Amino acid sequence: MADKMATRDAYGKALLVLGAENPKVVVLDADLSKSTKTADFGKKYPERFFNMGIAESNLLGTAAGLAAAGKIPFASTFAIFAVGRAFEQIRNSIAYPKLNVKIAATHAGITVGEDGGSHQAIEDVAIMRAVPNMVVLVPADGEETRQVILAAAKYYGPVYIRMGRLAVPTLFGEDYHFEIGKANVLREGTDVAIMANGVMVAMALEAAAELAAEGISVSVVNVASVKPLDEATIVQVAKQTKAVVTAEEHNIIGGLGGAIAEVLGEKQPTPMVRVGLKDTFGESGRPQELLEKYGLTKADLIQAVREVLTKKLG
Amino acid sequence: MTTTELKRVANVLRQDIISMLVTSKSGHPGGSLSAAEIVTTLFFHEMRINPQDPRWVDRDRFVLSKGHAAPVLYAALAEKGYFPKEELQGLRQTGHMLQGHPDMKKTPGVDMSTGSLGQGLSAANGMALAGKLDGKDYRVFVLLGDGEMAEGQVWEAAMAAAHYKLDNVTAVLDFNGLQIDGTTESVMCSTPLTEKWRAFCWHVIEVDGHDVAALLAAFAEAKQVKGKPSIIIAKTVKGKGVSFMENVAGWHGNAPSVEQGEQALKELREEALNLG
Repeated sequence: MADKMATRDAYGKALLVLGAENPKVVVLDADLSKSTKTADFGKKYPERFFNMGIAESNLLGTAAGLAAAGKIPFASTFAIFAVGRAFEQIRNSIAYPKLNVKIAATHAGITVGEDGGSHQAIEDVAIMRAVPNMVVLVPADGEETRQVILAAAKYYGPVYIRMGRLAVPTLFGEDYHFEIGKANVLREGTDVAIMANGVMVAMALEAAAELAAEGISVSVVNVASVKPLDEATIVQVAKQTKAVVTAEEHNIIGGLGGAIAEVLGEKQPTPMVRVGLKDTFGESGRPQELLEKYGLTKADLIQAVREVLTKKLG
Repeated sequence: MTTTELKRVANVLRQDIISMLVTSKSGHPGGSLSAAEIVTTLFFHEMRINPQDPRWVDRDRFVLSKGHAAPVLYAALAEKGYFPKEELQGLRQTGHMLQGHPDMKKTPGVDMSTGSLGQGLSAANGMALAGKLDGKDYRVFVLLGDGEMAEGQVWEAAMAAAHYKLDNVTAVLDFNGLQIDGTTESVMCSTPLTEKWRAFCWHVIEVDGHDVAALLAAFAEAKQVKGKPSIIIAKTVKGKGVSFMENVAGWHGNAPSVEQGEQALKELREEALNLG
Protein backbone atom coordinates (compact mmCIF):
# COMPACT_ATOMS: atom_id res chain seq x y z
CA MET A 1 0.00 0.00 0.00
CA ALA A 2 1.46 3.32 -1.05
CA ASP A 3 1.69 5.88 1.75
CA LYS A 4 0.39 8.58 -0.49
CA MET A 5 -1.41 8.70 -3.78
CA ALA A 6 -3.35 11.39 -5.61
CA THR A 7 -6.96 10.44 -6.24
CA ARG A 8 -6.39 11.23 -9.93
CA ASP A 9 -3.69 8.55 -10.04
CA ALA A 10 -6.06 6.03 -8.53
CA TYR A 11 -8.60 7.05 -11.17
CA GLY A 12 -6.16 6.30 -13.97
CA LYS A 13 -5.51 2.85 -12.54
CA ALA A 14 -9.19 2.11 -11.97
CA LEU A 15 -9.91 2.99 -15.61
CA LEU A 16 -7.51 0.28 -16.73
CA VAL A 17 -9.43 -2.24 -14.63
CA LEU A 18 -12.71 -1.05 -16.08
CA GLY A 19 -11.30 -1.10 -19.58
CA ALA A 20 -10.50 -4.79 -19.23
CA GLU A 21 -13.77 -5.65 -17.50
CA ASN A 22 -16.29 -3.75 -19.54
CA PRO A 23 -16.05 -3.09 -23.28
CA LYS A 24 -18.79 -0.46 -22.98
CA VAL A 25 -16.48 1.85 -21.05
CA VAL A 26 -15.05 4.65 -23.18
CA VAL A 27 -12.99 7.63 -22.06
CA LEU A 28 -12.98 11.19 -23.33
CA ASP A 29 -10.55 13.92 -22.44
CA ALA A 30 -9.88 17.51 -23.42
CA ASP A 31 -6.12 17.67 -23.97
CA LEU A 32 -5.36 16.99 -20.32
CA SER A 33 -5.01 13.22 -20.38
CA LYS A 34 -1.56 13.27 -18.79
CA SER A 35 -2.88 15.36 -15.90
CA THR A 36 -6.24 13.66 -15.45
CA LYS A 37 -4.44 10.30 -15.81
CA THR A 38 -6.69 9.01 -18.58
CA ALA A 39 -3.64 8.70 -20.86
CA ASP A 40 -2.86 5.14 -19.76
CA PHE A 41 -6.35 4.02 -20.73
CA GLY A 42 -5.79 5.80 -24.05
CA LYS A 43 -2.59 3.86 -24.63
CA LYS A 44 -4.09 0.51 -23.76
CA TYR A 45 -7.47 1.02 -25.44
CA PRO A 46 -6.86 3.61 -28.16
CA GLU A 47 -10.07 2.75 -30.02
CA ARG A 48 -12.09 3.55 -26.89
CA PHE A 49 -10.31 6.77 -26.06
CA PHE A 50 -11.34 10.09 -27.60
CA ASN A 51 -9.28 13.20 -27.20
CA MET A 52 -11.75 15.98 -27.93
CA GLY A 53 -9.23 18.79 -27.88
CA ILE A 54 -9.66 21.90 -25.77
CA ALA A 55 -13.43 21.98 -26.19
CA GLU A 56 -15.20 21.01 -23.00
CA SER A 57 -18.75 21.78 -24.11
CA ASN A 58 -18.33 19.39 -27.01
CA LEU A 59 -16.56 16.89 -24.73
CA LEU A 60 -19.60 16.58 -22.46
CA GLY A 61 -22.07 16.77 -25.35
CA THR A 62 -20.30 13.97 -27.20
CA ALA A 63 -20.23 11.89 -24.05
CA ALA A 64 -24.02 12.29 -23.90
CA GLY A 65 -24.36 10.92 -27.42
CA LEU A 66 -22.08 7.97 -26.67
CA ALA A 67 -24.21 7.17 -23.61
CA ALA A 68 -27.41 7.48 -25.65
CA ALA A 69 -25.98 4.79 -27.92
CA GLY A 70 -25.19 2.41 -25.04
CA LYS A 71 -21.65 3.31 -24.02
CA ILE A 72 -20.45 4.16 -20.49
CA PRO A 73 -18.40 7.29 -21.09
CA PHE A 74 -15.99 8.68 -18.51
CA ALA A 75 -15.48 12.31 -19.48
CA SER A 76 -12.46 13.89 -17.88
CA THR A 77 -10.99 17.33 -17.55
CA PHE A 78 -10.26 19.67 -14.67
CA ALA A 79 -13.25 20.27 -12.40
CA ILE A 80 -13.36 23.96 -13.23
CA PHE A 81 -13.74 23.27 -16.96
CA ALA A 82 -16.17 20.37 -16.65
CA VAL A 83 -18.58 22.05 -14.25
CA GLY A 84 -17.77 25.61 -15.25
CA ARG A 85 -17.44 25.66 -19.00
CA ALA A 86 -19.75 22.76 -19.72
CA PHE A 87 -22.37 23.25 -17.02
CA GLU A 88 -25.28 23.56 -19.34
CA GLN A 89 -24.22 20.60 -21.47
CA ILE A 90 -24.09 18.58 -18.26
CA ARG A 91 -27.48 19.91 -17.21
CA ASN A 92 -29.38 19.63 -20.48
CA SER A 93 -27.62 16.95 -22.53
CA ILE A 94 -26.70 14.60 -19.64
CA ALA A 95 -28.70 15.09 -16.44
CA TYR A 96 -32.06 16.07 -17.94
CA PRO A 97 -32.26 12.89 -20.08
CA LYS A 98 -30.48 10.94 -17.28
CA LEU A 99 -27.80 9.63 -19.60
CA ASN A 100 -25.15 7.26 -18.30
CA VAL A 101 -22.20 9.67 -18.32
CA LYS A 102 -19.52 9.75 -15.63
CA ILE A 103 -18.01 13.19 -15.24
CA ALA A 104 -14.65 12.32 -13.73
CA ALA A 105 -13.16 15.68 -12.83
CA THR A 106 -9.69 16.15 -11.41
CA HIS A 107 -7.76 19.14 -10.05
CA ALA A 108 -10.60 20.24 -7.80
CA GLY A 109 -10.07 22.64 -4.92
CA ILE A 110 -7.17 24.85 -3.87
CA THR A 111 -4.68 21.98 -3.70
CA VAL A 112 -4.33 22.52 -7.46
CA GLY A 113 -1.79 24.96 -6.05
CA GLU A 114 0.45 27.01 -8.29
CA ASP A 115 -1.96 27.35 -11.24
CA GLY A 116 -4.00 29.69 -9.06
CA GLY A 117 -7.58 30.70 -8.48
CA SER A 118 -8.65 30.50 -12.12
CA HIS A 119 -8.02 26.75 -12.06
CA GLN A 120 -9.22 25.91 -8.55
CA ALA A 121 -12.84 24.76 -8.60
CA ILE A 122 -14.34 25.60 -5.22
CA GLU A 123 -18.02 25.65 -6.20
CA ASP A 124 -18.34 22.49 -8.29
CA VAL A 125 -19.99 20.34 -5.61
CA ALA A 126 -22.60 23.00 -4.92
CA ILE A 127 -23.41 23.32 -8.61
CA MET A 128 -23.54 19.60 -9.37
CA ARG A 129 -25.52 18.86 -6.22
CA ALA A 130 -28.29 21.19 -7.34
CA VAL A 131 -28.84 19.31 -10.61
CA PRO A 132 -31.59 16.66 -10.50
CA ASN A 133 -30.51 13.10 -11.44
CA MET A 134 -26.88 13.85 -10.59
CA VAL A 135 -24.89 11.71 -8.15
CA VAL A 136 -21.97 13.55 -6.52
CA LEU A 137 -19.00 11.62 -5.13
CA VAL A 138 -15.85 12.97 -3.43
CA PRO A 139 -13.37 10.21 -2.55
CA ALA A 140 -10.77 10.68 0.18
CA ASP A 141 -7.89 8.48 -0.92
CA GLY A 142 -6.66 6.14 -3.60
CA GLU A 143 -8.55 3.07 -2.44
CA GLU A 144 -11.80 4.93 -2.06
CA THR A 145 -11.31 6.46 -5.51
CA ARG A 146 -10.86 2.99 -6.98
CA GLN A 147 -14.11 1.85 -5.39
CA VAL A 148 -15.92 5.07 -6.35
CA ILE A 149 -14.95 4.66 -10.01
CA LEU A 150 -16.07 1.02 -10.09
CA ALA A 151 -19.33 1.88 -8.32
CA ALA A 152 -19.98 4.76 -10.72
CA ALA A 153 -19.53 2.43 -13.68
CA LYS A 154 -22.02 -0.06 -12.21
CA TYR A 155 -24.62 2.60 -11.42
CA TYR A 156 -26.86 3.66 -14.32
CA GLY A 157 -27.05 7.44 -14.64
CA PRO A 158 -24.98 10.59 -14.46
CA VAL A 159 -22.29 10.77 -11.79
CA TYR A 160 -19.96 13.62 -10.91
CA ILE A 161 -16.70 12.44 -9.35
CA ARG A 162 -14.47 15.05 -7.75
CA MET A 163 -10.77 14.25 -7.54
CA GLY A 164 -7.61 16.11 -6.69
CA ARG A 165 -4.15 16.76 -8.01
CA LEU A 166 -2.30 16.45 -4.74
CA ALA A 167 -1.00 13.17 -3.34
CA VAL A 168 -3.01 12.37 -0.20
CA PRO A 169 -2.37 9.84 2.59
CA THR A 170 -3.69 6.36 2.01
CA LEU A 171 -6.41 5.76 4.59
CA PHE A 172 -8.15 2.61 3.52
CA GLY A 173 -7.29 -0.93 2.61
CA GLU A 174 -9.19 -3.26 0.33
CA ASP A 175 -11.44 -4.22 3.24
CA TYR A 176 -12.93 -0.72 3.10
CA HIS A 177 -16.35 -0.61 1.51
CA PHE A 178 -17.69 2.36 -0.40
CA GLU A 179 -21.28 2.46 -1.47
CA ILE A 180 -23.18 5.22 -3.29
CA GLY A 181 -25.51 6.86 -0.76
CA LYS A 182 -23.66 5.58 2.31
CA ALA A 183 -21.46 7.52 4.71
CA ASN A 184 -18.72 5.68 6.57
CA VAL A 185 -18.19 6.20 10.27
CA LEU A 186 -14.41 5.91 10.51
CA ARG A 187 -14.16 6.62 14.20
CA GLU A 188 -16.79 6.46 16.90
CA GLY A 189 -17.05 9.39 19.31
CA THR A 190 -19.52 10.93 21.70
CA ASP A 191 -18.68 14.62 22.14
CA VAL A 192 -18.56 15.93 18.60
CA ALA A 193 -18.55 14.67 15.02
CA ILE A 194 -16.38 15.79 12.12
CA MET A 195 -18.11 15.03 8.84
CA ALA A 196 -15.63 15.39 6.01
CA ASN A 197 -14.75 14.30 2.52
CA GLY A 198 -11.85 14.48 0.07
CA VAL A 199 -8.52 15.71 1.40
CA MET A 200 -10.11 16.76 4.70
CA VAL A 201 -10.79 13.19 5.86
CA ALA A 202 -7.16 12.43 6.69
CA MET A 203 -6.92 15.69 8.64
CA ALA A 204 -10.16 14.92 10.47
CA LEU A 205 -8.73 11.61 11.65
CA GLU A 206 -5.55 13.31 12.83
CA ALA A 207 -7.53 16.02 14.63
CA ALA A 208 -9.70 13.38 16.32
CA ALA A 209 -6.63 11.50 17.55
CA GLU A 210 -5.11 14.67 18.96
CA LEU A 211 -8.36 15.71 20.67
CA ALA A 212 -8.73 12.23 22.17
CA ALA A 213 -5.53 12.89 24.10
CA GLU A 214 -7.33 15.84 25.70
CA GLY A 215 -10.29 13.68 26.56
CA ILE A 216 -12.55 14.94 23.76
CA SER A 217 -14.26 12.07 22.01
CA VAL A 218 -14.60 12.82 18.29
CA SER A 219 -16.57 10.82 15.78
CA VAL A 220 -15.26 11.01 12.20
CA VAL A 221 -17.65 10.40 9.33
CA ASN A 222 -16.46 10.15 5.75
CA VAL A 223 -19.17 11.51 3.50
CA ALA A 224 -17.84 10.64 0.06
CA SER A 225 -21.37 10.35 -1.29
CA VAL A 226 -22.55 13.95 -1.11
CA LYS A 227 -25.56 13.07 -3.21
CA PRO A 228 -27.38 10.91 -2.47
CA LEU A 229 -26.58 11.82 1.12
CA ASP A 230 -26.74 9.19 3.86
CA GLU A 231 -29.24 11.14 5.95
CA ALA A 232 -29.82 8.28 8.37
CA THR A 233 -26.19 8.03 9.41
CA ILE A 234 -25.75 11.79 9.59
CA VAL A 235 -28.85 12.23 11.77
CA GLN A 236 -27.90 9.31 13.97
CA VAL A 237 -24.37 10.58 14.57
CA ALA A 238 -25.62 14.12 15.19
CA LYS A 239 -28.16 12.80 17.68
CA GLN A 240 -25.36 11.05 19.51
CA THR A 241 -22.74 13.83 19.52
CA LYS A 242 -25.01 16.90 19.51
CA ALA A 243 -22.29 18.91 17.77
CA VAL A 244 -21.08 18.71 14.17
CA VAL A 245 -18.13 20.14 12.27
CA THR A 246 -18.14 19.76 8.51
CA ALA A 247 -14.92 19.86 6.52
CA GLU A 248 -14.38 20.17 2.79
CA GLU A 249 -11.96 21.65 0.30
CA HIS A 250 -14.76 23.71 -1.20
CA ASN A 251 -16.69 26.87 -0.54
CA ILE A 252 -18.66 26.60 2.70
CA ILE A 253 -21.69 27.59 0.63
CA GLY A 254 -23.61 24.77 -0.99
CA GLY A 255 -21.17 21.89 -0.65
CA LEU A 256 -20.90 19.17 1.98
CA GLY A 257 -21.43 21.62 4.85
CA GLY A 258 -24.49 23.03 3.14
CA ALA A 259 -25.89 19.58 2.44
CA ILE A 260 -25.47 18.46 6.05
CA ALA A 261 -26.88 21.74 7.39
CA GLU A 262 -29.98 21.17 5.24
CA VAL A 263 -30.53 17.70 6.63
CA LEU A 264 -29.81 18.55 10.24
CA GLY A 265 -31.80 21.79 10.06
CA GLU A 266 -34.90 19.82 9.12
CA LYS A 267 -34.40 16.56 10.96
CA GLN A 268 -32.03 17.05 13.87
CA PRO A 269 -31.16 20.69 14.62
CA THR A 270 -27.59 20.58 15.86
CA PRO A 271 -24.91 23.20 16.57
CA MET A 272 -22.56 23.26 13.58
CA VAL A 273 -19.36 24.83 12.34
CA ARG A 274 -18.47 24.57 8.67
CA VAL A 275 -14.81 24.35 7.73
CA GLY A 276 -14.07 25.21 4.13
CA LEU A 277 -13.26 28.16 1.93
CA LYS A 278 -15.09 31.12 3.39
CA ASP A 279 -16.72 32.30 0.18
CA THR A 280 -13.42 33.29 -1.33
CA PHE A 281 -11.37 32.27 -4.36
CA GLY A 282 -7.96 30.67 -3.95
CA GLU A 283 -4.64 31.88 -5.33
CA SER A 284 -1.29 30.59 -6.54
CA GLY A 285 0.95 28.88 -4.04
CA ARG A 286 2.14 25.57 -2.72
CA PRO A 287 -0.83 23.36 -1.81
CA GLN A 288 0.19 23.00 1.84
CA GLU A 289 0.65 26.75 2.21
CA LEU A 290 -2.74 27.39 0.64
CA LEU A 291 -4.43 24.90 2.96
CA GLU A 292 -2.94 26.82 5.87
CA LYS A 293 -3.79 30.24 4.49
CA TYR A 294 -7.40 29.31 3.79
CA GLY A 295 -8.04 27.51 7.05
CA LEU A 296 -8.07 23.89 5.93
CA THR A 297 -5.68 22.18 8.34
CA LYS A 298 -5.82 19.87 11.32
CA ALA A 299 -5.35 22.92 13.54
CA ASP A 300 -8.37 24.59 11.94
CA LEU A 301 -10.45 21.48 12.56
CA ILE A 302 -9.39 21.40 16.21
CA GLN A 303 -10.29 25.07 16.52
CA ALA A 304 -13.69 24.37 14.89
CA VAL A 305 -14.31 21.51 17.33
CA ARG A 306 -13.66 23.81 20.28
CA GLU A 307 -15.97 26.39 18.79
CA VAL A 308 -18.82 23.96 18.23
CA LEU A 309 -18.38 22.50 21.71
CA THR A 310 -18.80 26.00 23.13
CA LYS A 311 -22.05 26.31 21.16
CA LYS A 312 -23.19 22.90 22.31
CA LEU A 313 -22.56 23.61 25.94
CA GLY A 314 -24.12 27.07 25.46
CA MET B 1 -42.96 6.77 -51.45
CA THR B 2 -43.13 8.89 -54.59
CA THR B 3 -42.17 12.55 -54.42
CA THR B 4 -45.86 13.46 -54.70
CA GLU B 5 -46.68 11.24 -51.75
CA LEU B 6 -43.86 12.81 -49.77
CA LYS B 7 -45.17 16.28 -50.61
CA ARG B 8 -48.56 15.18 -49.31
CA VAL B 9 -46.98 14.00 -46.06
CA ALA B 10 -45.19 17.34 -45.66
CA ASN B 11 -48.55 19.05 -46.13
CA VAL B 12 -50.12 16.84 -43.47
CA LEU B 13 -47.28 17.65 -41.07
CA ARG B 14 -47.86 21.37 -41.66
CA GLN B 15 -51.55 21.01 -40.92
CA ASP B 16 -50.74 19.08 -37.75
CA ILE B 17 -48.23 21.74 -36.69
CA ILE B 18 -50.86 24.47 -37.03
CA SER B 19 -53.60 22.55 -35.27
CA MET B 20 -51.39 21.54 -32.34
CA LEU B 21 -50.08 25.08 -31.86
CA VAL B 22 -53.61 26.51 -31.92
CA THR B 23 -54.51 24.11 -29.12
CA SER B 24 -51.33 24.61 -27.08
CA LYS B 25 -51.47 28.41 -27.57
CA SER B 26 -47.68 28.48 -27.51
CA GLY B 27 -44.81 27.07 -29.53
CA HIS B 28 -42.73 27.76 -32.61
CA PRO B 29 -44.51 27.64 -35.97
CA GLY B 30 -41.98 29.37 -38.26
CA GLY B 31 -39.04 27.00 -37.92
CA SER B 32 -41.32 23.97 -37.75
CA LEU B 33 -42.99 24.82 -41.06
CA SER B 34 -39.66 25.56 -42.75
CA ALA B 35 -38.40 22.06 -41.94
CA ALA B 36 -41.46 20.07 -43.06
CA GLU B 37 -39.93 18.68 -46.28
CA ILE B 38 -36.59 17.98 -44.56
CA VAL B 39 -38.21 16.00 -41.77
CA THR B 40 -40.62 14.26 -44.16
CA THR B 41 -37.91 13.05 -46.51
CA LEU B 42 -35.87 11.81 -43.56
CA PHE B 43 -38.62 9.95 -41.71
CA PHE B 44 -40.58 8.70 -44.72
CA HIS B 45 -37.73 7.87 -47.05
CA GLU B 46 -34.14 8.13 -45.92
CA MET B 47 -34.02 6.82 -42.38
CA ARG B 48 -33.92 3.15 -41.39
CA ILE B 49 -36.37 3.16 -38.50
CA ASN B 50 -39.13 1.05 -37.03
CA PRO B 51 -41.97 2.81 -35.20
CA GLN B 52 -42.86 -0.52 -33.53
CA ASP B 53 -39.38 -0.63 -31.99
CA PRO B 54 -38.30 2.93 -31.21
CA ARG B 55 -35.16 1.79 -29.34
CA TRP B 56 -34.02 -0.68 -32.02
CA VAL B 57 -30.23 -0.66 -31.65
CA ASP B 58 -29.57 -0.70 -35.39
CA ARG B 59 -31.90 2.18 -36.21
CA ASP B 60 -30.78 5.41 -37.77
CA ARG B 61 -30.84 8.25 -35.24
CA PHE B 62 -32.29 11.71 -35.55
CA VAL B 63 -31.26 14.63 -33.35
CA LEU B 64 -33.35 17.79 -33.57
CA SER B 65 -30.67 20.24 -32.53
CA LYS B 66 -33.05 23.13 -33.24
CA GLY B 67 -35.29 21.66 -30.58
CA HIS B 68 -37.86 24.46 -30.72
CA ALA B 69 -39.05 22.91 -34.00
CA ALA B 70 -40.39 20.03 -31.90
CA PRO B 71 -43.88 20.29 -33.48
CA VAL B 72 -42.63 19.15 -36.88
CA LEU B 73 -40.85 16.20 -35.27
CA TYR B 74 -43.90 15.26 -33.21
CA ALA B 75 -46.14 15.51 -36.29
CA ALA B 76 -43.78 13.21 -38.20
CA LEU B 77 -43.53 10.70 -35.34
CA ALA B 78 -47.33 10.56 -34.99
CA GLU B 79 -47.83 10.26 -38.76
CA LYS B 80 -45.25 7.48 -38.77
CA GLY B 81 -47.11 5.66 -36.01
CA TYR B 82 -44.84 6.08 -32.98
CA PHE B 83 -47.85 7.24 -30.97
CA PRO B 84 -51.51 8.10 -31.63
CA LYS B 85 -52.22 11.38 -33.38
CA GLU B 86 -54.44 12.48 -30.48
CA GLU B 87 -51.28 12.98 -28.43
CA LEU B 88 -50.45 15.99 -30.61
CA GLN B 89 -53.23 17.92 -28.92
CA GLY B 90 -51.40 17.53 -25.58
CA LEU B 91 -48.40 19.54 -26.79
CA ARG B 92 -46.88 21.69 -24.02
CA GLN B 93 -49.61 20.78 -21.55
CA THR B 94 -49.10 19.58 -18.00
CA GLY B 95 -48.97 15.82 -17.65
CA HIS B 96 -48.66 15.14 -21.38
CA MET B 97 -45.67 13.56 -23.07
CA LEU B 98 -45.04 16.16 -25.77
CA GLN B 99 -42.77 18.67 -24.08
CA GLY B 100 -42.07 22.15 -25.45
CA HIS B 101 -38.71 20.81 -26.57
CA PRO B 102 -37.91 17.14 -27.38
CA ASP B 103 -37.56 14.82 -24.36
CA MET B 104 -36.17 11.38 -25.10
CA LYS B 105 -37.40 10.06 -21.77
CA LYS B 106 -41.01 10.97 -22.42
CA THR B 107 -41.56 10.59 -26.16
CA PRO B 108 -41.04 7.39 -28.18
CA GLY B 109 -39.02 8.06 -31.31
CA VAL B 110 -37.06 10.96 -29.83
CA ASP B 111 -33.41 9.90 -29.83
CA MET B 112 -31.99 12.86 -27.93
CA SER B 113 -33.33 15.52 -25.58
CA THR B 114 -32.61 18.91 -27.09
CA GLY B 115 -33.78 22.48 -26.91
CA SER B 116 -30.78 24.36 -25.68
CA LEU B 117 -29.24 25.37 -28.99
CA GLY B 118 -25.80 24.27 -30.05
CA GLN B 119 -25.76 20.88 -28.35
CA GLY B 120 -27.28 18.52 -30.92
CA LEU B 121 -24.32 17.95 -33.20
CA SER B 122 -22.11 16.91 -30.27
CA ALA B 123 -24.68 14.31 -29.24
CA ALA B 124 -25.01 13.11 -32.83
CA ASN B 125 -21.24 12.73 -33.02
CA GLY B 126 -21.26 10.65 -29.84
CA MET B 127 -23.88 8.31 -31.29
CA ALA B 128 -21.88 8.07 -34.50
CA LEU B 129 -18.64 7.27 -32.63
CA ALA B 130 -20.49 4.54 -30.73
CA GLY B 131 -21.82 3.13 -34.00
CA LYS B 132 -18.33 2.96 -35.48
CA LEU B 133 -16.98 1.32 -32.31
CA ASP B 134 -19.70 -1.30 -32.43
CA GLY B 135 -19.22 -1.94 -36.14
CA LYS B 136 -22.80 -0.90 -36.83
CA ASP B 137 -23.90 0.72 -40.07
CA TYR B 138 -26.58 2.99 -38.64
CA ARG B 139 -26.45 6.66 -39.58
CA VAL B 140 -27.06 9.73 -37.49
CA PHE B 141 -28.97 12.73 -38.80
CA VAL B 142 -29.02 16.08 -37.08
CA LEU B 143 -31.13 19.10 -37.96
CA LEU B 144 -29.49 22.44 -37.19
CA GLY B 145 -30.92 25.94 -37.30
CA ASP B 146 -29.17 28.86 -38.94
CA GLY B 147 -29.51 31.13 -35.90
CA GLU B 148 -27.86 28.26 -34.03
CA MET B 149 -24.71 28.75 -36.11
CA ALA B 150 -23.78 31.49 -33.62
CA GLU B 151 -23.30 28.86 -30.88
CA GLY B 152 -19.61 28.07 -30.47
CA GLN B 153 -20.25 24.45 -29.57
CA VAL B 154 -21.53 23.80 -33.11
CA TRP B 155 -18.07 24.55 -34.43
CA GLU B 156 -16.34 22.51 -31.74
CA ALA B 157 -18.52 19.61 -32.82
CA ALA B 158 -17.99 20.35 -36.52
CA MET B 159 -14.25 20.13 -35.96
CA ALA B 160 -14.56 16.89 -34.01
CA ALA B 161 -16.84 15.20 -36.58
CA ALA B 162 -14.28 15.84 -39.30
CA HIS B 163 -11.38 14.86 -37.03
CA TYR B 164 -13.00 11.50 -36.32
CA LYS B 165 -14.08 11.11 -39.97
CA LEU B 166 -17.70 10.61 -39.03
CA ASP B 167 -19.12 9.80 -42.44
CA ASN B 168 -22.10 8.28 -40.62
CA VAL B 169 -23.16 11.80 -39.59
CA THR B 170 -25.35 13.85 -41.92
CA ALA B 171 -26.30 17.31 -40.77
CA VAL B 172 -29.07 19.34 -42.35
CA LEU B 173 -29.06 23.08 -41.90
CA ASP B 174 -32.50 24.65 -42.05
CA PHE B 175 -31.33 27.88 -43.63
CA ASN B 176 -34.46 30.00 -43.31
CA GLY B 177 -32.62 33.26 -42.68
CA LEU B 178 -34.68 34.42 -39.72
CA GLN B 179 -34.37 34.25 -35.95
CA ILE B 180 -36.20 35.80 -33.01
CA ASP B 181 -34.74 39.28 -33.25
CA GLY B 182 -34.74 39.53 -37.04
CA THR B 183 -32.72 38.26 -39.99
CA THR B 184 -29.69 36.10 -39.17
CA GLU B 185 -27.79 38.56 -41.34
CA SER B 186 -28.66 41.43 -38.99
CA VAL B 187 -28.56 39.60 -35.64
CA MET B 188 -25.29 37.73 -36.12
CA CYS B 189 -24.02 37.18 -39.61
CA SER B 190 -23.04 33.53 -39.98
CA THR B 191 -22.49 33.53 -43.73
CA PRO B 192 -20.79 32.38 -45.84
CA LEU B 193 -21.92 29.02 -44.47
CA THR B 194 -20.87 26.80 -47.36
CA GLU B 195 -17.31 28.04 -47.17
CA LYS B 196 -17.25 27.71 -43.36
CA TRP B 197 -18.38 24.09 -43.37
CA ARG B 198 -16.01 23.27 -46.25
CA ALA B 199 -13.19 24.86 -44.28
CA PHE B 200 -14.12 22.54 -41.39
CA CYS B 201 -13.53 19.62 -43.81
CA TRP B 202 -17.18 18.68 -44.33
CA HIS B 203 -18.77 17.61 -47.58
CA VAL B 204 -21.29 20.37 -48.34
CA ILE B 205 -24.41 20.01 -50.45
CA GLU B 206 -26.68 22.96 -51.16
CA VAL B 207 -30.35 22.41 -51.96
CA ASP B 208 -33.75 24.04 -51.99
CA GLY B 209 -35.10 22.72 -48.69
CA HIS B 210 -38.66 22.56 -50.00
CA ASP B 211 -37.77 20.57 -53.13
CA VAL B 212 -38.45 16.99 -52.14
CA ALA B 213 -36.64 15.46 -55.12
CA ALA B 214 -33.59 17.63 -54.46
CA LEU B 215 -33.55 16.61 -50.79
CA LEU B 216 -33.72 12.93 -51.71
CA ALA B 217 -30.82 13.40 -54.12
CA ALA B 218 -28.85 15.25 -51.43
CA PHE B 219 -29.35 12.45 -48.91
CA ALA B 220 -28.31 9.89 -51.52
CA GLU B 221 -25.17 11.89 -52.22
CA ALA B 222 -24.35 12.26 -48.52
CA LYS B 223 -24.66 8.50 -48.07
CA GLN B 224 -21.98 7.92 -50.70
CA VAL B 225 -19.45 10.28 -49.12
CA LYS B 226 -16.82 8.38 -47.15
CA GLY B 227 -14.18 9.60 -44.73
CA LYS B 228 -15.91 12.84 -43.80
CA PRO B 229 -19.27 14.05 -42.51
CA SER B 230 -21.78 15.73 -44.82
CA ILE B 231 -23.98 18.74 -44.35
CA ILE B 232 -26.94 19.62 -46.49
CA ILE B 233 -27.50 23.35 -46.45
CA ALA B 234 -31.19 23.56 -47.19
CA LYS B 235 -32.44 26.99 -48.21
CA THR B 236 -35.90 27.33 -46.79
CA VAL B 237 -38.64 29.84 -46.10
CA LYS B 238 -39.53 30.37 -42.48
CA GLY B 239 -43.27 29.79 -42.01
CA LYS B 240 -43.46 28.01 -45.40
CA GLY B 241 -46.94 27.08 -46.55
CA VAL B 242 -48.87 29.70 -44.58
CA SER B 243 -48.96 32.98 -46.48
CA PHE B 244 -49.06 35.33 -43.53
CA MET B 245 -46.28 33.48 -41.69
CA GLU B 246 -43.81 33.22 -44.57
CA ASN B 247 -40.62 35.20 -44.02
CA VAL B 248 -41.96 36.95 -40.91
CA ALA B 249 -39.60 36.73 -37.92
CA GLY B 250 -42.53 37.39 -35.57
CA TRP B 251 -43.82 33.87 -36.27
CA HIS B 252 -40.70 32.31 -34.77
CA GLY B 253 -42.23 31.68 -31.39
CA ASN B 254 -45.85 32.76 -31.40
CA ALA B 255 -48.79 30.43 -31.79
CA PRO B 256 -51.62 31.32 -34.17
CA SER B 257 -55.02 32.26 -32.76
CA VAL B 258 -58.03 30.10 -33.58
CA GLU B 259 -58.94 32.40 -36.50
CA GLN B 260 -55.38 32.53 -37.80
CA GLY B 261 -55.20 28.76 -37.46
CA GLU B 262 -58.35 28.33 -39.53
CA GLN B 263 -56.95 30.60 -42.22
CA ALA B 264 -53.66 28.68 -42.22
CA LEU B 265 -55.40 25.30 -42.42
CA LYS B 266 -57.58 26.57 -45.27
CA GLU B 267 -54.48 27.49 -47.24
CA LEU B 268 -52.80 24.18 -46.49
CA ARG B 269 -55.90 22.20 -47.48
CA GLU B 270 -55.99 24.07 -50.78
CA GLU B 271 -52.36 23.21 -51.32
CA ALA B 272 -53.16 19.57 -50.62
CA LEU B 273 -55.89 19.62 -53.25
CA ASN B 274 -53.42 21.02 -55.77
CA LEU B 275 -51.02 18.18 -54.97
CA GLY B 276 -53.74 15.84 -56.21
